[in-house]
Amino acid sequence: MIRHLLSIRDLDPEGVERIIQTAGVFQQEGPRITRKYPTLRGKTVVNLFYESSTRTRTSFELAAKRLSADVVNFAVSGSAVEKGESLKDTAQTIEAMGVDAIVMRHASSGAPWRLAQWVQANVINAGDGMHEHPTQALLDLYTMRQHFPTLSGLRVAIVGDVVHSRVARSEVWGLQMMGADVTIVGPPTLLPPKVETWGAEVSTDLDAVLPKADVVYLLRMQLERMNAGFVPSLREYSRLWGLDTARASALKDEALIMHPGPMNRGVEISAESAELPRAVITDQVANGVAVRMALLYLMLGGRDAREEVPVE
Amino acid sequence: MGIRNRGSDLASRLATKIQEIEGTRPATGALDIGLYRDDIDTRRPTPLTASEIPNLDNKTVVLVDDVLYTGRSTRAALDALVDYGRPKAVQLAVLVDRGHRELPIRADYVGKNVPTRRDEEVAVHIAEVDGADEVLLGETS
Repeated sequence: MIRHLLSIRDLDPEGVERIIQTAGVFQQEGPRITRKYPTLRGKTVVNLFYESSTRTRTSFELAAKRLSADVVNFAVSGSAVEKGESLKDTAQTIEAMGVDAIVMRHASSGAPWRLAQWVQANVINAGDGMHEHPTQALLDLYTMRQHFPTLSGLRVAIVGDVVHSRVARSEVWGLQMMGADVTIVGPPTLLPPKVETWGAEVSTDLDAVLPKADVVYLLRMQLERMNAGFVPSLREYSRLWGLDTARASALKDEALIMHPGPMNRGVEISAESAELPRAVITDQVANGVAVRMALLYLMLGGRDAREEVPVE
Repeated sequence: MGIRNRGSDLASRLATKIQEIEGTRPATGALDIGLYRDDIDTRRPTPLTASEIPNLDNKTVVLVDDVLYTGRSTRAALDALVDYGRPKAVQLAVLVDRGHRELPIRADYVGKNVPTRRDEEVAVHIAEVDGADEVLLGETS
């Protein structure tokens, strides 16, 4: 398994399959077991979050605790960071205390990559700037696999604010790696420059894309962008690129509605369509714990192994 | 309760034999001990499978494994068992006991004792997994 997970591109299709398979085991076992697994006893995982996050941090914390790892939540507010400590000094301080993995969320793209060069611990990117969010992509791939036998040839529409979305990059790259057929949909102002080099189809017409899609993946419309003139108004955005029940009814019977959360109900997705049976948004959250358990098990297990030991 | 991989198939066979003799078939299950191993730092994580666990509370449970060697797999299986339930008693049945224990563990039922050297390898093949029933003893390659 890989040493760090900084980008979804650190994995190959085989690695993604292995994480999906392992997560499936944790999920099947989930309701039956009454105690924690002892697997990562004595390992320490640090959640180093420079940006607020509820679901990702909680999900990582639960995943680590269910494998008996010790978890330290390093909250930046009230820490030495507020006194001006640099990222490198913070990293070296944490490293000096002896940790096995660092889960990092940072507002700057590339911060986890920098961190990985300074520490011995395994680094997991939990979202960096407008760059990547690989574990979100993994749990989304896992959720899709629960409903479709293979990701190869799956038609996925990624809709909305692609340019500011770290989820979008990991999602598109992960899906492409697994052979899915990705279409990016949104207002031209919210598509990244050179989006045509991503190897995905690009469209500005959601209504033309929906009837063909197996999965429609709505990105959070970042309300803080509204004043920056990316779209004329939220109402117009919602009318052209929001998923309401009328649009949802244009989907194929087996098609899924997904959203990484937190949702702006009434903007990129209407309250009613978020509640449809085909909307698997709470499944995505539940699956996040199993996928992160799989990742921690595969990354932290055998990290000192010098050579491949045959399976008994 | 068979320890995966081959122990679980051996456990099913034992259950079938008991049924032929006693007329009732005991419950069977399969235990994956990957999450309970004590050598997680030194070996690559094994691919996991979901354990199949019948109700264990107040039952006499016979753990079944193909080869008993250091005893470490048995220790991991015992830890796993008590996480899934509270058996009345746990016994151990193995097809081959090759010696060289590293832990104070002893089998209650042994198919065959096979004295070995540590640099030898014992491989149990069974039809369900390997296509043939055989026990191979060889030099470690």
